[in-house]
Amino acid sequence: MAAMTREETQALIQEVLEVYPDKAKKDRAKHLAVNDQTIEQSKKCITSNRKSQPGVMTIRGCAYAGSRGVVWGPIKDMIHISHGPVGCGQYSRAGRRNYYVGMTGVNTFGTMNFTSDFQEKDIVFGGDKKLDKILSEIEQLFPLAKGISVQSECPIGLIGDDIESVAKKKSKELDKPVVPVRCEGFRGVSQSLGHHIANDAIRDWVIGNRDGDNSFETTPYDVAVIGDYNIGGDAWASRILLEEMGLRVVAQWAGDGTLSEMELTPKVKLNLIHCYRSVNYISRHMEEKYGIPWMEYNFFGPTKIAESLRAIAERFDETIQANAEKVIAKYQAEYEAVVAKYRPRLEGKRVMLYVGGLRPRHIIGAYEDLGMEVVGTGYEFAHNDDYDRTIKEMGDSTLLYDDVTGYEFEEFVKRIKPDLIGSGIKEKYIFQKMGIPFRQMHSWDYSGPYHGYDGFAIFARDMDMTINNPCWKSMQAPWLKSDADDAAAPMAASA
Amino acid sequence: MALRQCAIYGKGGIGKSTTTQNLVAGLAELGKKVMIVGCDPKADSTRLILHAKAQETIMHLAADAGSVEDLELEDVLRAGYAGIKCVESGGPEPGVGCAGRGVITAINFLEEEGAYEDDLDFVFYDVLGDVVCGGFAMPIRENKAQEIYIVCSGEMMAMYAANNIAKGIVKYASSGGVRLAGLICNSRNTAREDELIMELARQLGTHMIHFVPRDNVVQRAEIRRMTVIEYDPKAKQADEYRTLAQKIIDNKNFVIPTPITMDALEDLLMDFGLMDEEDESIVGKTADEEAVA
Repeated sequence: MAAMTREETQALIQEVLEVYPDKAKKDRAKHLAVNDQTIEQSKKCITSNRKSQPGVMTIRGCAYAGSRGVVWGPIKDMIHISHGPVGCGQYSRAGRRNYYVGMTGVNTFGTMNFTSDFQEKDIVFGGDKKLDKILSEIEQLFPLAKGISVQSECPIGLIGDDIESVAKKKSKELDKPVVPVRCEGFRGVSQSLGHHIANDAIRDWVIGNRDGDNSFETTPYDVAVIGDYNIGGDAWASRILLEEMGLRVVAQWAGDGTLSEMELTPKVKLNLIHCYRSVNYISRHMEEKYGIPWMEYNFFGPTKIAESLRAIAERFDETIQANAEKVIAKYQAEYEAVVAKYRPRLEGKRVMLYVGGLRPRHIIGAYEDLGMEVVGTGYEFAHNDDYDRTIKEMGDSTLLYDDVTGYEFEEFVKRIKPDLIGSGIKEKYIFQKMGIPFRQMHSWDYSGPYHGYDGFAIFARDMDMTINNPCWKSMQAPWLKSDADDAAAPMAASA
Repeated sequence: MALRQCAIYGKGGIGKSTTTQNLVAGLAELGKKVMIVGCDPKADSTRLILHAKAQETIMHLAADAGSVEDLELEDVLRAGYAGIKCVESGGPEPGVGCAGRGVITAINFLEEEGAYEDDLDFVFYDVLGDVVCGGFAMPIRENKAQEIYIVCSGEMMAMYAANNIAKGIVKYASSGGVRLAGLICNSRNTAREDELIMELARQLGTHMIHFVPRDNVVQRAEIRRMTVIEYDPKAKQADEYRTLAQKIIDNKNFVIPTPITMDALEDLLMDFGLMDEEDESIVGKTADEEAVA
């Protein structure tokens, strides 16, 4: 179907809102917008980071998810205790595919679940003594853990446990960092506050650990990659490009990250930010305290990669700038071959996205490199600074939806009829059953990496095999087929 | 007769535990089978019956055993004076954990273990003075206490607390069968105290079920960890508690209360000379400012 005009998109929003009661309608109307590239500030067209309406299907997470699951969890040589009842830790265990190198259970702990498994007595009498004991047991059983974080589940905040004092005491006793994180799930409107709380804990308990220690030898080319969670190996595919251009990646976190890398981050010359939403707080802190500049980059698809490599190189000398060109040239044949192979199969395909805090805008370029168009996008837990960055990436009159409800998303899809939807596991089967090709864009649908030139090849292949999968031609049951359908599908008839 | 479940609320320090245990002793003397459930982490709701300062509580035993599921009813129930059954919910030290959750856990345990299925006539819940969270409202939720007695005296804060408790009862009365059954005036010997509490009761839509006069024999008995009825059965005060017990047995006056506004409460206090008319002109004025004026 042809692109919708501004009026048509606005009418679609109105139509979808129509079923809501007045109060919900008024609230949800603020979260749905028609993109207008002339707008500079997104607050003029969309509201975000507000409490979800009761009764709708929202797929947001909680503050604990944002801290334990996103920011802290991938730090591989620390043990992260899910402090509270067992479920929060166990049902989120190893779900995000943050790849890492190491011997799990010996010097790395990424896919393991550590929990204080609260019982009634811990609620009634408080859990501090139990926490103290667990910290000692961890030291005994896993002496190679470099540090421990305490990720608070809801009850910790409700009963007012003093995890900070336990952490201080045990940190001294065990001679390694013990970091209390107040990320109780009921705080805030989504996982976004959990990112912020996790950043604050990194600021207060980690970042300054090597202040005044100049034993680490620095170079003018030291950078840190922050906010890449190495899903399916993304950070590795990104890091090699930076290293090939002559930069030294001193720290990379949280994906495949270590405590020591976090502690070294304030020694670098430039912080490179992948997921702005989840790490902008700590980046700003390092800018203020240590004068380290930070910049966002985008390694999805060759166009954005080249732009980003050049922008990063711009911050360094001519050698690095020349190297950036060499890197782009080196991979040119490779990515052109990818485009040549897949673009004819994907040209003109229309995509709707609904993901977390970064990808709804970052992946657009990669689709465009394949001749595809993103016609609708939205975030689960973005703030308005994310939408500020989205408006220019999206075409005019496309659809923006913040914290979209299950109902709205389905209705938009029914009308827009995209060729592909990129969202999460909770959406996947609904849309597949509607006969629409779908890719999980949180977990890369168990594929990846999608970052960097290596990732682009996999990305293109995955989109092709999803959109052009023959299964979509078999959506109608044989007994419901008319003769006309049979004539149109002679293969099915002869089979 | 069917089991009657009663909860005693009132401002902290007003004498809830003392009044409860004394009147329960009166009920036992009249041949009633009674259980006291202490809902206070201090666990001092049953010491006059058991002659023991703090018995082992449900929550402490559960913590030692691992979980509350590991306990048996006989581990936590103790029989005291005249066969009165005593149990304490227990809870944490001040400043840690969640005492409210302890009350919920303990009462659920008693229910599941069938503590109420015996041939009991009365259960009395003696609840911590300040209903600070949902846990301490547990005894007045559905299927728990049906009758609430509020202990108060002719003092401003005690009456203020009584009115607040009435508000809490209204909240649960609409969803369950809980009713206000009366005010027990535990006298502090203030002027016209009986009239004042009767008037408060009238405004709340209930009655003052009994006026318990002040008598030092209560303290003398308490030092011996006994109720007056046990320590000195012939004392005049023992008869007061017997009367209260009989009045509770005969009580049919169960209402959804009509809490009064702060203004109405202040008017009442002013009528009885417990409070002066507010002088708006001095609000927010420091001593220096007043000196200048």
